[in-house]
Amino acid sequence: MEVRTIVLRVDGTNCDEETVISFKKAGSTVDLAHVNELIRKEKSLEDYQVLCIPGGFTYGDDIAAGKIFAILLKYKLSKDIKKFVEEGKLVIGICNGFQVLVKTGLLPALEGIMKKQEATLAFNDCGYFQDRWIYLKHENKGKCVFTKGIKDIIHIPVNHAEGKFVADRDVIRRLEKNDQVVFKYVDPDGNYAGFPWTPNGSMDNIAGICNPEGNVFGLMPHPEKFIHKWTHPYWTRLPGSSDVGDGFAIFKNAVEFAKKKL
Amino acid sequence: MVTVNEIKILGKSEKELLKISRDYLLALNLEEMKKIQGYFAKKGRNPTDVELETIAQTWSEHCVHKTFKGIINTPDGEINGLLKTFIMKATEELNMPWCKVVFKDNAGIVEFDDNFDIAMKVETHNHPTALDPYGGAGTGSGGVFRDVMGVGAKPILSTDVLFFGPLDYPFEKLPRGAMHPKRLMKGSVAGIRDYGNKMGIPTANGGIGFDEGYVGNPLVYAGCVGIIPKNKYIKNPRPGDAILLVGGRTGRDGIHGVTFASLELTAESEKTSSGAVQIGNPIVEKKVLDGLLRARDAHEKPLYSAVTDCGGGGLSSAAGEMGKDIGIEVNLEKVPLKYAGLEPWEIWISEAQERMLLAVPQKNVEEILKIFENENCEATVIGRFTGDKKLVLRYKGRVVADLDMDFVHEGIPRVVRKAKWRRPKYPEPDFPDKDDLTEDLKAILKSPNVASKEWVIRQYDHEVQAKTVIKPLQGIKCDGPGDACVLKPVADSWKGIVVSNGINPKYSIDPYNMVLSAIDEAIRNNVCCGGRRIAILDNFSWGNPEREDNLGQLVEACKACYDGAIAFKTPFISGKDSLYNEYDTGKGEKVSIPPTLLISAIGIIPDVRKAVTMDVKEVGNPIYIIGETKDELGGSHYYFIHGFKGNRVPTVDLKKAKKSFDALIKAMDKDLVRACHDCSEGGIGVAATEMAFAGELGMRIYLEKVPTSGLERNDKILFSESNSRFLVEIKRGKEKEFEKIMKGNVFAKIGEVTGDKKLVVVGLNGKIVEENVLELKKVWKSTFDW
Repeated sequence: MEVRTIVLRVDGTNCDEETVISFKKAGSTVDLAHVNELIRKEKSLEDYQVLCIPGGFTYGDDIAAGKIFAILLKYKLSKDIKKFVEEGKLVIGICNGFQVLVKTGLLPALEGIMKKQEATLAFNDCGYFQDRWIYLKHENKGKCVFTKGIKDIIHIPVNHAEGKFVADRDVIRRLEKNDQVVFKYVDPDGNYAGFPWTPNGSMDNIAGICNPEGNVFGLMPHPEKFIHKWTHPYWTRLPGSSDVGDGFAIFKNAVEFAKKKL
Repeated sequence: MVTVNEIKILGKSEKELLKISRDYLLALNLEEMKKIQGYFAKKGRNPTDVELETIAQTWSEHCVHKTFKGIINTPDGEINGLLKTFIMKATEELNMPWCKVVFKDNAGIVEFDDNFDIAMKVETHNHPTALDPYGGAGTGSGGVFRDVMGVGAKPILSTDVLFFGPLDYPFEKLPRGAMHPKRLMKGSVAGIRDYGNKMGIPTANGGIGFDEGYVGNPLVYAGCVGIIPKNKYIKNPRPGDAILLVGGRTGRDGIHGVTFASLELTAESEKTSSGAVQIGNPIVEKKVLDGLLRARDAHEKPLYSAVTDCGGGGLSSAAGEMGKDIGIEVNLEKVPLKYAGLEPWEIWISEAQERMLLAVPQKNVEEILKIFENENCEATVIGRFTGDKKLVLRYKGRVVADLDMDFVHEGIPRVVRKAKWRRPKYPEPDFPDKDDLTEDLKAILKSPNVASKEWVIRQYDHEVQAKTVIKPLQGIKCDGPGDACVLKPVADSWKGIVVSNGINPKYSIDPYNMVLSAIDEAIRNNVCCGGRRIAILDNFSWGNPEREDNLGQLVEACKACYDGAIAFKTPFISGKDSLYNEYDTGKGEKVSIPPTLLISAIGIIPDVRKAVTMDVKEVGNPIYIIGETKDELGGSHYYFIHGFKGNRVPTVDLKKAKKSFDALIKAMDKDLVRACHDCSEGGIGVAATEMAFAGELGMRIYLEKVPTSGLERNDKILFSESNSRFLVEIKRGKEKEFEKIMKGNVFAKIGEVTGDKKLVVVGLNGKIVEENVLELKKVWKSTFDW
């Protein structure tokens, strides 16, 4: 069955091209659409099984990262998005997309879909935008559709200024209890560690989370930046290593799941 | 209340004309004012302010490059235009079939493969940055991105090269009105970071240098590479086409930017010219880009017949340039404004950011407006191309300018200037060599020009678009300093683009050899990663060219541009000059910056999987040097840390250099080369150290094995900055194959990679350096550990 993915862009989206390439490589048909096309009903979410909000600086990250786009989605498209999520279809937000999902209340959605904002992504502790490759430990025990069977530790980059995951202690306890924590930052040996391994100062080293049902997933690092070996920062030292980058599994999982179940 | 003033120039004396030029910040000289006076005398009327401003923008040094096109009298004879005589001449003589558009549009265009071409442009944004580092440097990036968009290409790389005064410069010594170098640097980096990151254009290449000569006048070079499908480049506006203005609104920011750039900075600049600095908004530019690419690709042919950037000189330059062969009429009241109250002349010359002009055939107007509407990007038809070769501007029906395009664009009198320069003589250093050079090596590593810029590089997103396959930070810990960056721009092709730079103002004691060195450095950095079929771009930042000695140095530099380009077979495809980089100390003394030339190189690599990085890879692999080491420490970092300049700056053997570069590329293509790094500031000593600590392995080298021109001092062999040299790590067992390929060039095996994490340099009489590479890395990182 054909899997159809919609990559949703708006003013300031800028990782759309590589995200489209990643989903195509994973076997999906991909539509890159401006949110205006959904608002004007020229396109409909009903026609897709996967919705992706890629990275960027939507509306310049004015007010706070992803905030304006989140408000736009909430007030113009909340009905359609809610239905999409309720049907078990897949939503992934990467970097700015993650910030948007958190600020719409699509993640972690402990109290229900888009009910309220329960966490945030605050400015990096180091005070600056950071571009660096980090290690992520896969912490999910099986709920998150996007990371089933993924390697224990993956190596991909972060490229953000506002990536510090912050929430009430109680929220974080519930995330752990519900198996909603997906990735945590670790050092190369797999131990939880501070800067630079956790590049932003996230609480409990959290890098990515999913909703209670596991079909909505967001993360600050960029899996679409590492779908083939040659974007690795020191591939010239690794002759004979796999041609496939660590980030690709996330796209592949999404498309395979959609093919079988949606 | 909007007014259009008549400016009374008819019948005015020479003195009065010059006063008008000064009072209106026109930066026009007497001859030019007289030419304008004559033109209007024939018309029998005075010009309006709109007309006079239009001419001043179009005739500014920034827009027409008067000096580079003018006649120069030198003691050796007359030069009929520097650009034509040297720079463009090299390109013409080389006549490379892969050069598609050179020196005539916003950016140079060369072929990439059968389906795509690549565009590149580098700009300066020095004066705005001096007044407002964040805004000035940021809009420098924004401007150069629009240059690449102005040929219809999608920007895929941002590069920045910055120069400031010393970071520890005492506040009390700062010239009045100047900001401290550290503030300038932090502001500039933040400006470049926010513009590039937010637009989603990776900043994966560049450099930062420091020299006392830039205390009153920092340098910001912003460059951009773009990609465009073949047959999508179009510059063919027709009479009747609509003039479509897209993007940002027009405001009072950026008034007189280009004329400001053609005057020296003074302590009063902040008061008189703050309005010349534009206010940037990268998201608006991103929307312009998104709309432009969709207008380009909606059908087989673009929906527009031409596109250009509104940069220096604003609408006046953009529309004037686009319509110069056919004529235009524009209704200024249609231009969307940020706020009410702008005079017509301000609307016309404002350099407000994020605006582009498109020529659109009437039948496509509706469709293109829809495309921009979908991007939430403002687009407005403000006029049309006419066919009468006139420039007619109206404001609410009233004609406020009526000029002949020929006069505006061809009327400027050619400047005639004198050039004369004598080489200065500096004391030759006379300190003795030492038995242990470890501390000297550390002092060079710590020197801000050489030290790690990781603090800066990590703030720039160098990976957005996922095309960066060789990154600026290399090695096992991702912290070694790369020579060039490599992009893989097309998803289903292995072909890559290699981008690098060369610049060293410390060699400006000899401008001819400084320029050859910059060309050699840019090209050898490119070669380090596997780049070939290289095109280059020139970017001059110079002092006032009306001074004979400044101009004399410029002539020397241009001669070297020709000689270097011909010898390396690397045509110039685009360039830019920023002259008048002078600072008034407030005590009646004017200080020029050191003559500075940035050479940017853009090469290709047929298969990015063959690209090479600078970090050593494996214990036991041999280390070779390519190129001869000579007594060329004039302007070197070794002399600098000892407080000397010297005289003999590095030269280039124009016959030998290219041959050895070609051989090295051949060895790379055969997978023999595991690492390659160029020898530049700090010579062999710094290159070896960086390679070792990037790979976190040891290295042992023997100076007696280094081919030299008879050098007998360890310090000179270790730290000479002779050009055309590389250190390469070769796969063990492949030595013979490598040596066969290199035959006929100067090269030698000088050491090997070791497992003890120690850098050991054995001098002519025993060890002269021995230190742990991690300790050396720590020293190198300590300077910018902010």
